[in-house]
Amino acid sequence: MRAFLERRSLRRLLITLGVVATVELMTGPPGSNQAPTSGFSGSFGESASFFGLFRTQRWVTFFAVALVLWGLTNFWMANGARVRQRTNLVVSRPRELSQRGPVRWGFALVLLVVALLLPHIETAAFWESAMVTYIAIYILLAIGLNVVVGFAGLLDLGYVAFYAIGAYTTAWVTGALPTPALFHHPLNPFWAIPIAIVIVMIAGVILGAPTLRLRGDYLAIVTLGFGEIVTIFANNLYGITGGSLGTKPIPHPSIHLGPLKYVWGLTPVPYYYLTLAFVVLFLVVFSLLERSRIGRAWTAIREDEVAAESVGINPLKFKVMAFAIGAASAGFAGVVTASADTYIFPSSFTLQFSINILVLVILGGMGSIAGVVLGAIIIQTIQAYLTHSPPAGYQAQDLYIYLGALLITMMIFRPAGLLPSRRRKREIALSEVSHEGHLDEVLTGDDT
Amino acid sequence: MLEVKDAVVRYGAITALHGISFSVERGEIVTLLGANGAGKSTTLRMLSGLHAPASGQILFEGRDISATKAHDFAALGISHVPEGRRIFPQMSVEENLEMGAFTRRDSVTEDMGRMYETFPILKERRKQLGSNLSGGEQQMLAIARALMAQPKLLLLDEPSMGLAPMIVETIFAIIGDIRSSGTTVLVVEQNASQALRLADRGYVMENGRIAFSDAASTLLHDERVRAVYLGESVES
Repeated sequence: MRAFLERRSLRRLLITLGVVATVELMTGPPGSNQAPTSGFSGSFGESASFFGLFRTQRWVTFFAVALVLWGLTNFWMANGARVRQRTNLVVSRPRELSQRGPVRWGFALVLLVVALLLPHIETAAFWESAMVTYIAIYILLAIGLNVVVGFAGLLDLGYVAFYAIGAYTTAWVTGALPTPALFHHPLNPFWAIPIAIVIVMIAGVILGAPTLRLRGDYLAIVTLGFGEIVTIFANNLYGITGGSLGTKPIPHPSIHLGPLKYVWGLTPVPYYYLTLAFVVLFLVVFSLLERSRIGRAWTAIREDEVAAESVGINPLKFKVMAFAIGAASAGFAGVVTASADTYIFPSSFTLQFSINILVLVILGGMGSIAGVVLGAIIIQTIQAYLTHSPPAGYQAQDLYIYLGALLITMMIFRPAGLLPSRRRKREIALSEVSHEGHLDEVLTGDDT
Repeated sequence: MLEVKDAVVRYGAITALHGISFSVERGEIVTLLGANGAGKSTTLRMLSGLHAPASGQILFEGRDISATKAHDFAALGISHVPEGRRIFPQMSVEENLEMGAFTRRDSVTEDMGRMYETFPILKERRKQLGSNLSGGEQQMLAIARALMAQPKLLLLDEPSMGLAPMIVETIFAIIGDIRSSGTTVLVVEQNASQALRLADRGYVMENGRIAFSDAASTLLHDERVRAVYLGESVES
């Protein structure tokens, strides 16, 4: 209990109160000329429903939320201090970590079973489709962007381009574009999966080869430009993409393999299983890659590019690889979106979309696959919930206020994300040690 | 083993090396000396592929490598211990050593054992992060990492920089051992007396040229070396 009364803890209480009060003001009623303080008093004094659960004065919910957040941060900080103590000088070896492997695999298996049963547990029509369009697609995008941002340390602000290319490739091979289909007769969208993945990876190489010589901010700006170029092309090449009116209807995929006949239709559950299969596939491939020679090269480049070169790593080659591999899952996500929605429009592929995916990665924990998946599930579930049953007075753009507040709070209290990767956690722990002046204590504490 | 012929290096309009020539024979320790700005670091940048010469040749085992890229040097058998050590800060000592063997496809456990024998302190600290090592330990790690690639030629850039005199002694003793085990060494140093006591031959650089060269034991007592460091001009 004493931990709650420490100066650092009380400082955190003030920060939480400040953040929550800001959110409260931003979501409250507007002010007016006649009563200048009405916006302020309304934001705190009015009675409002709390996510439809119960009604109370706004300041009560505000205070409750702040206290809960404060409690959580205290718990996290105490946890963080323990981690710091353990990671200060002695670091567990990768091999020791892999001894926990069976536990991890068991846990993953349980999650997979839950994921398989989910459509039978939650059968509301909205949630069945939300599991695909709000969650599964975003998991695919987040783990793909994580390869680029988290593993290789390259800030990509135009990731939506690969998603768009995947979707338009689907339209192309199925003959839904004004331009003739890729093989002159429309194909089943199933064929679009490998074709889209290959084309998107080629796009990754084409974008990567010239731009990845740039570093940091410069790279971010060039990728941002690439994202915009793809959207603008989709919008303006009427003869090829159909322009802002979108594509012709894209058929649903179907299987006709001897006795096996199945047609995906308008119901979302079959799409859910199709997407789930690919989520699992990409998760396995990406985590194997992380531990491979390629993954180690990415880490080395992220930490010190000159040193990486001196041990014989070609930085450009591995960065381009990260771009192409990271793009693959976005390409597949594009196929699913195109064939499940049956139409695609350029207006779906905006800069805001790229940023949303980046937020999922940052909140979940850059470089941590489990964290990124968790981040995508949490944020997208909240978003789906708010869209489906909005609380009184909620408007679509309010979401960004909540996301922004969440992001700020996270950056203050848990800068490495919800489930940070082992290495990122160490980075944060080390930087905190050097900032808070605990170095002496650390050096004398465990110098054996 | 290594032969540099009339190499000219330019940074834009500025010429940093005005056609230098020198050679390193198999099994030797050769040192490049010179004051700040003499062109030592530029020479090493050129020899590790970070800056290609505008004209002239670099021959390694008879092959022209002047256009080879930095990341291909490790596979050729030239390992570079960069200035300022540049170990991977968030990797453990062991992971750093593993990265050193990146270009190798065979098993590295035996070599890793040998590194731990040469540098017992690294074995003690093998699970610790690179950033938590002291300066001397980091320098040892940087050398060990370079050796993990099994180089024929080891390039050392200012290995004594920022280290306590006692540690410098240790590091130089180890460089001697590395040569005894069959690796040729080219070391660029500011600390002339220390380097000359270790090396077989030395080249003294001044204003982007090789001013003179001789056996290390002779240079050790050469007044001209002192003059170069004091900024006096030398007639070669």
